[in-house]
Amino acid sequence: MKRNVFALAVGLIFGLGLCLSGMCEPAKVTGFLDLAGLWDPSLAFVMGGAIVVALPAFWLARRRSAAWVDGAIELPTKRAIDAPLIVGAGVFGIGWGLGGVCPAPGVVDLGFLSPGAAIFVVSMAVGMRVYRTAAGRRLPGLRLLAQDA
Amino acid sequence: MAIDWAHFTPVSALAGGALIGLAAALLILGIGRVMGAAGVVGGALEVRAADAPWRWALIGGLVLSPLVARALWSVAAPVFAAHWLTLIVSGLLVGFGARLGSGCTSGHGVCGLARLSPRSFAATGIFMATAFATVFVVRHVVG
Repeated sequence: MKRNVFALAVGLIFGLGLCLSGMCEPAKVTGFLDLAGLWDPSLAFVMGGAIVVALPAFWLARRRSAAWVDGAIELPTKRAIDAPLIVGAGVFGIGWGLGGVCPAPGVVDLGFLSPGAAIFVVSMAVGMRVYRTAAGRRLPGLRLLAQDA
Repeated sequence: MAIDWAHFTPVSALAGGALIGLAAALLILGIGRVMGAAGVVGGALEVRAADAPWRWALIGGLVLSPLVARALWSVAAPVFAAHWLTLIVSGLLVGFGARLGSGCTSGHGVCGLARLSPRSFAATGIFMATAFATVFVVRHVVG
């Protein structure tokens, strides 16, 4: 229970940050991704601000085993820059560029009751299920176990 | 390259980014999990995921956040200008790609870079490059 209340609060803070940052506005995202047009560099500041705050926390997390509220600290252990990582990131970027929406802002935009967000999030969930099914059948190049980065 | 000064919002971008970083810091130190949105959503959709409840709670927080944001400052509802077919293709590619590549903008681009992971530096470089290329093609080659 404590774990879920904590995660809800983290989701609220994450979502407020996304709303404030401009990441939830697809036009803002494509404005950032359009280097050849009128370029809006704002979103580089989002990533910069987030990393500066998160960096010391992950530094500390690597030196601890138990989490403060509940459970153990679990950090990804994979090291290899392999084909699934490269292809997956490439495909992800094409999708992000097409719609101007990535997973978390898509979910936040559901809260604005935006029909476009609903279409995007349902399609994203289908894409995730397709991956899971394909990975379960051990199709070439797919990993059975996806590690959450 | 021409800068779009009219839409340039470095202060709110930096402040929003800091809140995102704070959320990532709280999740890893509080319950020991990496705040990757694709991993959170993908894991919540797993039929037998033992730890699905905290994922659904975090998703609930994300969905409720616009209500809180609107109470605190004036937030405009997002405009999805893309055609619905484009949104479907975009969603499919984002969902599939993020799971195959073990992460998205938050998992690799924020948490991965913050923990100095070489895999995340590679993934972030690649998805930024293909996203820039996609927008270039859509706006300046096809469009």
